[in-house]
Amino acid sequence: MRVFNVIFILWLRDMKRFRRSPSRVIGSITVPLLMLVGLGAGFGRMPIPGLHSSTYLSFLVPGMIGMTILFGGIFTGMSVLWDRQYGFLKEIMVAPVPRVAIVIGRIASGSTTGVIQATVVALFSTALGFALPTVPGFALALVFMIFISVIFTGLGLVFASRMKDEQGFGLIMNFLVLPFLFLSGAFAPIGNFPAWVRTLCYIDPLTYGVEGLRAALLGSSTIGLPVSFIVCAAWAVLMVAAGAWFFETSEAV
Amino acid sequence: MIAVHTENLTKRFKKLIAVNAVSFDVLEGEIFGFLGPNGAGKTTTINMLSTLIAPTSGHAEIMGHDIVKKRNAVRHSIGVVFQEPALDSRLTGRENLEFHALMYGMPADQRRSRIAEVLSLVELEDKAGGLVETYSGGMKRRLEIARGLMHRPKVLFLDEPTLGLDAQTRRHIWNYIRKLNEETGITIILTTHYMEEADALSRRILILDDGGIVALDTPSALKDVLGGDVIELAAANDVTAFVNTMRATQWIKSTLVEQNIVRLSMEKAETRVPAVVQATVDSGVSLSSVNIRKPSLDDVFIHYTGKTIREGGSDDHTAKKKRRSSGRR
Repeated sequence: MRVFNVIFILWLRDMKRFRRSPSRVIGSITVPLLMLVGLGAGFGRMPIPGLHSSTYLSFLVPGMIGMTILFGGIFTGMSVLWDRQYGFLKEIMVAPVPRVAIVIGRIASGSTTGVIQATVVALFSTALGFALPTVPGFALALVFMIFISVIFTGLGLVFASRMKDEQGFGLIMNFLVLPFLFLSGAFAPIGNFPAWVRTLCYIDPLTYGVEGLRAALLGSSTIGLPVSFIVCAAWAVLMVAAGAWFFETSEAV
Repeated sequence: MIAVHTENLTKRFKKLIAVNAVSFDVLEGEIFGFLGPNGAGKTTTINMLSTLIAPTSGHAEIMGHDIVKKRNAVRHSIGVVFQEPALDSRLTGRENLEFHALMYGMPADQRRSRIAEVLSLVELEDKAGGLVETYSGGMKRRLEIARGLMHRPKVLFLDEPTLGLDAQTRRHIWNYIRKLNEETGITIILTTHYMEEADALSRRILILDDGGIVALDTPSALKDVLGGDVIELAAANDVTAFVNTMRATQWIKSTLVEQNIVRLSMEKAETRVPAVVQATVDSGVSLSSVNIRKPSLDDVFIHYTGKTIREGGSDDHTAKKKRRSSGRR
């Protein structure tokens, strides 16, 4: 009961902050929207093998949803660094609460904002001609959105628990985020990559997230739905545990 | 009863020993001051006692709970007001307090009334609905004190509670701290590098320098060590010969030179002034002023550490951190 209160208030605080900074919402969905217009429309007429969908745009939409959530998760990690810099992290860390509750609270708020942003991207894509699936399809897509959020918010928290400055965090994240993104098959079918690159794709958890989203939104994907589901769930559990462990052993100052 | 007990508490950051084998006891209900220059180890000690960092070695208990083994019990029994603001400026004052209440598991029916109580204690009722980013420095500090009290801690840590505040606000905060201690009997541990603050508030003062304990006693007992009075002379030329004479004089307890200012401590200074002035004439010192006063904590600090608090270590860990963050405030 008490742990739920802690998770709730951490979530509520982030929601209030999110609501009070509209620029953050706009900023976070601009890139995926531009990608959809620029790439989706730009490559729309080119024949690309292995798409599993009628147009490049509809292939791209799940990828851009995945990307939005990936960036959102990393941003949540970054917000821990801001809390550290502005001192608020001490208020959180000095409280008599289990560290796993702190991590879950962050993941809950990171996932909520990530899913909201991703839903806006999905709705916008209909204006470009993307056909939204039925309710069960969209519900399944939500599940995968949450998986991706949990995994990458967790990853962001693991790094944030050990890093003291924003520059270092930004640098490491750039080295990780772009490979995660490009290897996930968000932009191109992973079947088109050379075999050795494909091996890396199968290590990237975002691959399974994006493939799961494709299965949910388009009804067809390269990796089967059950495989994507199981791999995503396993990664999610792993990242929550890792986040909790790293926070338990981190020093707040 | 003993509220805080430490035994050889030590914290090492790589090569730097920030706190070196510190042992002391704080009694329940007292205001206990840590006095020392920046980098003396005050904040590091507080961070260890508040479970934010783990000690390298040694042992400490708060209200009988071990700070390493019983971290949750320790966290329940303490309130902390950190040196740098630890508020969420995007939330209102009230929201910051609500956040705290839920983090500390306060039951819903107590939350509202307790928030009203602590807000009125620091006279912030009217401002509680405003975003913290619109608060002044003094208001933020008061809100933090209110928040530190929310869950009725047994021990309250105040790390440099008036750092960067103007003189009037500082007096105001001092009054809150005294009132708080008198009315609730809460144990308060405060760190400061302001002599007047330590003197005005603390029942006992622990002087820290370079991570170690230099002295621990009540302010008046500390001053008594110097005995009697201080004669302070300002000279317009070289004082070396004069100082040598004074150091050889039997009734002078201590002699300290800071540029061209000489401080001599002794009993019954008013009867010694003629002799001292004669000595300056004999050694060719041209005096620009003479001043007799009671010893201050400043003099005590100089007596124990051989330097003024302002000269104190500035090339250390804490001071660096303070500089880095001051730009952002």
